[in-house]
Amino acid sequence: MKAKVYVTLKPSVLDPQGKAIHHTTELLGFENVSDIRQGKYFEIALDAALSESQSKEIAEKIAKDVLANPVIEDYKVELVADNG
Amino acid sequence: MKFGVIVFPGSNCDHDAYHVISKHVGQPVDFIWHKETDLSAYDAVIVPGGFSYGDYLRAGALAHFSPVMEAVKKFAASGKFVFGICNGFQILCESGLLPGALMRNRGLHFVCKHVNIRVENQSTPFTNALAKDKVLSIPIAHAEGNYVCDDDVYQQLEENNQIVFRYCDKEGEISDVANPNGSRSNIAGICNLDRNVLGMMPHPERACEELLGSNDGRDIFRSLTNRITELSV
Repeated sequence: MKAKVYVTLKPSVLDPQGKAIHHTTELLGFENVSDIRQGKYFEIALDAALSESQSKEIAEKIAKDVLANPVIEDYKVELVADNG
Repeated sequence: MKFGVIVFPGSNCDHDAYHVISKHVGQPVDFIWHKETDLSAYDAVIVPGGFSYGDYLRAGALAHFSPVMEAVKKFAASGKFVFGICNGFQILCESGLLPGALMRNRGLHFVCKHVNIRVENQSTPFTNALAKDKVLSIPIAHAEGNYVCDDDVYQQLEENNQIVFRYCDKEGEISDVANPNGSRSNIAGICNLDRNVLGMMPHPERACEELLGSNDGRDIFRSLTNRITELSV
């Protein structure tokens, strides 16, 4: 299995990088874009021998303990087949 | 009295801290490699500035899983002194020894300059040689120094007098203009509830010699040695 982990800043936290990117899109003439937030994306390769629930549990723990800082960030874990 | 300076892969202010402790504070000091797990020989450890693990993932995030950090947590729990400077402050927040987090500066730039900070709490082991409201000139050098915490944590910091330094102007006024990175309420340094763990973004170890533009940092180290001496009597 492969776990896809998305780490994003909590909505209440200012994202100066996202703001700078948004500003650039405005300069380029993109209209109707109200906001851009920057996040991080991880792919975790898990042993094929693991069950889906074991894979999910491990990926969730890695996301919670390592990949995201719960003070400022939220995370989301998606499990997909290896070729996904 | 013995100091230790922790060295992670990517630490780069470790030698500055070592120099200040040995030359200006005049105390024995060791470098401590991050694989070390025994800190029993020390009274205080400095978690120095730099770019531990290249700031990968988040500043300080990977360093907090180094073996030495478990020892630092026990060291702090036993009442010994832990002093995190810049990247060291980020590591202490990541490891939960201090509340909150340090994010990308409001203006996105790496800011490297002397700033003024005001002593908000003079009754900590790190500030006992200073007067409340004294303004210190200390350099900062960081891209992730924007202190954030939620309202509950902020209220606790205020109520328990854990805010030790705030960014201010030359006259000691706290203003948004004097805030170099967007930190909540101009916070430049905080301590834990027990007062034995301090984290600050400015670099007092770079402000101990007139030649370098300021020696205001000396009083912070002097405070700490005062306190350790008191405890050993």
